[in-house]
Amino acid sequence: MLTLLFDGVAYGMLLFVLAVGLSITLGLMNFINLAHGSFAMVGGYAMVMLSKQLQIPFLICLPIVFVVVALLGALLESTLYRRMYNKPHLDQVLFSIGLTFMAVAGVDYFVGSTQQLVQLPEFLKGRTELWDGALGMGHYRLAIIAVCAALTVVLQQLLVRTRFGAQLRAAVDNQRVAAGLGIDVNRVFLITFAVGSGLAGLGGAMGAEVLGLDPVFPLKFMIYFLIVVAVGGTSGLTGPLLAALLLGIADVAGKYYIPKLGAFIVYSLMIVILMWRPQGLFSRGSK
Amino acid sequence: MSADIVLSCQGLVKRFGGITATNNVSFQLERGARHALIGPNGAGKTTLINLLTGVLPPTSGRIALLGKDISHLPPHQRVRRGLVRTFQINQLFESLTPLQTLAMAVTQHLGQGGNGWQALGRDPRVAHRCEQLLAQFHLTEVMDQATQELAYGKRRLLEMAIALACQPSVLLLDEPVAGVPAGEREELLQTVAALPADVSVLLIEHDMDLVFSFAKRMTVLVNGAVLTEGSPAEVAADARVREVYLGQADQHG
Amino acid sequence: MSSVAKSLAALAKPRWWEFAVWAMLLCLPFWMPSHALLISEITIIALFAMSLDLILGYSGIVSLGHAAFFGMGAYSSALFAKHINPDPLLGLVVAGAVTAVLGAVCSLSVLRGSDLTRLMVTLGVALLLQELANKLDFITGGADGLQGVVMGPVLGRFEFDLFGQTAAWYALGVTLLVFLLLRQVVQSPFGFSLKTIRDNPLRAQAIGISVHARLIAVYTLAAALAGLAGGLQAQTTGFASLDVFGFDRSADVLLMLVIGGTGWLWGGIIGAVVFKTLHSLISAWTPQYWTFWLGLFLVLLMLLGRERLLRPWTWGRRA
Repeated sequence: MLTLLFDGVAYGMLLFVLAVGLSITLGLMNFINLAHGSFAMVGGYAMVMLSKQLQIPFLICLPIVFVVVALLGALLESTLYRRMYNKPHLDQVLFSIGLTFMAVAGVDYFVGSTQQLVQLPEFLKGRTELWDGALGMGHYRLAIIAVCAALTVVLQQLLVRTRFGAQLRAAVDNQRVAAGLGIDVNRVFLITFAVGSGLAGLGGAMGAEVLGLDPVFPLKFMIYFLIVVAVGGTSGLTGPLLAALLLGIADVAGKYYIPKLGAFIVYSLMIVILMWRPQGLFSRGSK
Repeated sequence: MSADIVLSCQGLVKRFGGITATNNVSFQLERGARHALIGPNGAGKTTLINLLTGVLPPTSGRIALLGKDISHLPPHQRVRRGLVRTFQINQLFESLTPLQTLAMAVTQHLGQGGNGWQALGRDPRVAHRCEQLLAQFHLTEVMDQATQELAYGKRRLLEMAIALACQPSVLLLDEPVAGVPAGEREELLQTVAALPADVSVLLIEHDMDLVFSFAKRMTVLVNGAVLTEGSPAEVAADARVREVYLGQADQHG
Repeated sequence: MSSVAKSLAALAKPRWWEFAVWAMLLCLPFWMPSHALLISEITIIALFAMSLDLILGYSGIVSLGHAAFFGMGAYSSALFAKHINPDPLLGLVVAGAVTAVLGAVCSLSVLRGSDLTRLMVTLGVALLLQELANKLDFITGGADGLQGVVMGPVLGRFEFDLFGQTAAWYALGVTLLVFLLLRQVVQSPFGFSLKTIRDNPLRAQAIGISVHARLIAVYTLAAALAGLAGGLQAQTTGFASLDVFGFDRSADVLLMLVIGGTGWLWGGIIGAVVFKTLHSLISAWTPQYWTFWLGLFLVLLMLLGRERLLRPWTWGRRA
């Protein structure tokens, strides 16, 4: 049972890092970006390419992947996304679905549709058993928890302690007033989108081993990211973090205890929560 | 001689977290009233309207319409019982034409709003009433234009026409001339003055000319609470009102 | 007649070309018998798209999971035909009734909340049903799908033939009837009240409209019609598989409406025709990468603004 909890927490932290960009983007630009999963997928494939073909060590790949995907995000934001901010939600949804389709088909064409396997470095393989096997901690999952926790702390500090963080929070709260105060809202959008996408890419790279990596990744996991955002709300980090952890644990436990119903539980929970509190479980206000 | 009270509220309170937007307001509107509600910005006038119409639920207190308690009645039911309001910022149906909008409101009032079969406007009563309203509000020439293409003055007129299409017994007007250019104000003011005598009107306004020419009674709201109430002359003479709202008369250098 | 009365009467008048187009559509199985299967397919999807237009175009509810009702209709009519009675029309009635109940229940989930919430909930319901169909494989056949659905003759006389002629007439007939029904609905006070709810729910409420009651009603109707489309699909193909609940299906029909135009009945029909035709052409050219071109088309269309899509036939349409 403890092992399940452990696995669930690892899964949840991964989901958080994957989805946090989406949450901030939605809160900041009021933009429903269903293509977010594609950035994660690109990160995963970049990781595979870097480690397999260029033989770059695993740990060094991670920051490279982050930067690569962040740059991609910055490029797309400034050229395409920016034009869609003031359009109705339906248009935004269809736009991001279109991008997703292109990404999925593109990857399928260039790389093929088989599952990609990531080679983990030796020191991350293996498992530690505590308390007579009651708690089995895979080392890789342990690493995931550590890295994601560190990222969360860094993000929180960035948000709260830095000037950029203050500008971001101001712009999320009230864009027009923030602009009126002289905050370069375009720059805030660009950097935020880039970082959010980079994090998604990082999550995709780290998660390849745990979640699997193939061209349908963005579509398969889109609902999970959306759940984290819808349930966790879009103001702040604690909401999505708690939602992600809840989701991770619920999914792992559900699939173990009642494999027949598996994902069914997660979807039902989400629907019920959203009906009860349409603005999300943890958010301050409504969006 | 006790007047016929059509709308009343007792001890109405509305709190948002730590803020008390409406502070123990009690208020009565008589039949045929021409009653004005004034107060500085942020006094809670629109919040009070939202409470009366049911858009906001009260934290505590009671509201009664035509003698019946409506404190927990949903907004659309209050409208069906005759409590109608206009909005300070136009709330219109942008893709519909004025004719379609009014036809919808009239049809809904006739109880046919849920009819899924007969075409809108087939009922001759609807056409007739729409014709009247369009003429009364000078909208006949623009009746087939999409609302989003109308000039602001016409939109404001439509805003009020919609309310009248619902045949209100109690009409709450939230700053009807706000933002209306000087040239089109006269039209609007005449319409407000020409409202039927049996319709009881509560007017929120900042325009003092309109308020004093229109109102027979006034209530002053400050910080969510009633400061004073009385005839326009009494209110204008009240020093507290002058201090808080109209500005101190002896503060000229 | 006064000008007011004239304008009101004009709201309900059918345009001349509507008769012409429908006459043409009904003749298609006769003119192009080798394409009968494609005609059925397009017709069924057009029906599905019209049902989505009711909640998307007319009521403003963004749904990413309308396939939930299509799928429910497909499976319920397939199961009904297999285990109880192979009569097609009866099967459609069952499909419509079952999905209407499902629609009424699901409508409660879209009454409140932002666009994102509604998107999520509708998506969630479709995924849930897909999971359910997958896991209850002893009823539904799971991932293999429900096979061997043999239908009886339509109206007791017209057998389903191998060339799909009967199927095409059958689908066209049902779709025409639904079209006529919807025409009445969207021109009625109920139909206009939906538009008021779409444009300004606060004001709709302020003129006495019970927003929730109307939304529940239209969602139920839209679900039932989507169920009819799903039922037709299962009956004309003799088969029901998990992809009837798929996200692809919900997204495709959304796109069709965007192509054809939301908020007018012909949008679904035109969108279905254009979409399916494009699909056939492009698939013949690059079979696997339809998804890519579809995605590119979507991105470009949204960037340019969907109102600018050339639609000369929209001159006559009412908002």
